[in-house]
Amino acid sequence: MKKIEAIIKPFKLDDVKDALNKIGVNGMTINEVKGFGRQRGHKEIYRGAEYQVDFVPKIKIDVVVDSSLVNQVVEAIAKSANTGKIGDGKIFVLTVDEAVRIRTGETGEGAI
Amino acid sequence: MKKFIISGLFILFSVTCVWAADKTPTVLSNKEAIDLVQTHADYVWTLVAAALVFFMQAGFAMVETGFTRAKNAINIMMKNMMDFAMGSLAFWAVGFGLMFGVSKTGWFGTTGFFLSDFSPGGDPWVLAFWMFQVVFAATAATIVSGAMAERTKFIGYLIYSVVISLVIYPVFGSWAWGGLYKGGGWLEHLGFIDFAGSTVVHSVGGWASLAGTIILGPRLGKYMKDGTVKPILGHNIPLAALGVFILWLGWFGFNPGSTTAANKDIAIIFVNTNLAAAAGATLAMITAWVKFGKPDAGMTLNGALAGLVAITSPCATVTPLSAIIIGAIAGVIVVVAVLFFDRIRIDDPVGAISVHGVCGAWGTLSAGIFNIGGTSLKIIGVQLLGIAACFLWVFPTAFLLFKLIDVTIGLRVSPEEELEGLDFVEHGGTAYPDFEISHAGGMGTSGGYGSLMGETASNKMLRKPVGQT
Repeated sequence: MKKIEAIIKPFKLDDVKDALNKIGVNGMTINEVKGFGRQRGHKEIYRGAEYQVDFVPKIKIDVVVDSSLVNQVVEAIAKSANTGKIGDGKIFVLTVDEAVRIRTGETGEGAI
Repeated sequence: MKKFIISGLFILFSVTCVWAADKTPTVLSNKEAIDLVQTHADYVWTLVAAALVFFMQAGFAMVETGFTRAKNAINIMMKNMMDFAMGSLAFWAVGFGLMFGVSKTGWFGTTGFFLSDFSPGGDPWVLAFWMFQVVFAATAATIVSGAMAERTKFIGYLIYSVVISLVIYPVFGSWAWGGLYKGGGWLEHLGFIDFAGSTVVHSVGGWASLAGTIILGPRLGKYMKDGTVKPILGHNIPLAALGVFILWLGWFGFNPGSTTAANKDIAIIFVNTNLAAAAGATLAMITAWVKFGKPDAGMTLNGALAGLVAITSPCATVTPLSAIIIGAIAGVIVVVAVLFFDRIRIDDPVGAISVHGVCGAWGTLSAGIFNIGGTSLKIIGVQLLGIAACFLWVFPTAFLLFKLIDVTIGLRVSPEEELEGLDFVEHGGTAYPDFEISHAGGMGTSGGYGSLMGETASNKMLRKPVGQT
């Protein structure tokens, strides 16, 4: 099992969700997060005083899938979240040791 | 059909009979009835206007909370609620008598305390007039809560708000407005023009704000050691905007209501009030756009209020074109003033000193310059004298008051309490328990996850210890 963590632009969430649904991923968790990378932040103005906003709003998607699906999922996210402009985000792939479906007690790949 | 014709003829006949019996009524013969209608209309207009001005308390509350952080929202609501509540009692007991009682000296009134001018069965005009005046007193008092937001001890603020409604506001008011009832002040005898209170109400609140913020000092984290200004963002600009709309509406009672009479004058006062606000918002927006590269919302909202404050004094004595010029200049002044006070490190989170103090002074001066009946050096001189008298009375007395509070019970909360937020420390709660509120830099408080409030019943059931049903 692998977990794919993707940090994307907030307005791309629907596109990414649809792309994942299309390849058979039918569960995911999202978080509203803030952060920065190469995009850095931007300047805002409040009552005449400028200030630097370092942490830009992003959406983080967590998907856990069978290891065989990883490449497909990563490709789907990378394609659907891409705008070609700075700040499109990142994708991380992690190994997952165990999964449990709380309702039934199923474990392993049957639980995801 | 026949029936209708018969009854129609009957009505026509009887009406004609009545007409024939009475003498033709004239304006003179009906004078008593006409005067009574006028009197009733005066009561209705004065009290409707009082209700509009009362609603401005809601406007102030929204503006102030919108421009400050969520962790102090309850505190702002409580300050706005209590300066009206306690101020009403103070104005009933002492303030009204000082302001409108019989004045032998021209410096303050000495009768009419505890609304003693009203006796059951007597003329109730004093009640209508008191109601209209108490909402004005509360307006002056509540201006200060915004300037001193986010760091003032609640009990210290309560003491201040009683004293301003008890003494500071009424004494200056008696100089300029005492003659509206039984009093008579030295300023009005000189011909000072302040129709609805640019100086009497707004500058009084503005200069008291200035004294308070100087003694308090800035909020933690606003001014850095290296000289930079770090803005502390308001938590809800839509609420601040709603507050400005409410204030704009309330001003249609504040200015036209100051006729305390239902007459045709209210039309031009309405128009002038609206045009000055419009010009103030427009020019403040343009000034901010040119200066910062963006049409800053906070400055534009302040601009509308600046125009309203400025036109409050001259609203009945200038032409609509003059009103536009007065409001437009106020819109520019307010942006410059906000930047100026930031530069000299006087931290006013909502811009109250700039809007009410500075633009109140400008409006009072403009009443002399743009006077519809012509102007002269003497008129302008009296206006300047009134502006100076207001500052020289309010600033020292408010400064002394805040200083006294500071050295006795304390005016400012501790730095720990300020960082934690006044809602939790002073009032034992959070304004938005179901929201997680976080700031980069850890200045915010988190939502009320520690309580069961807002949870579903089934969640509460699940938390019951095993063995209970």
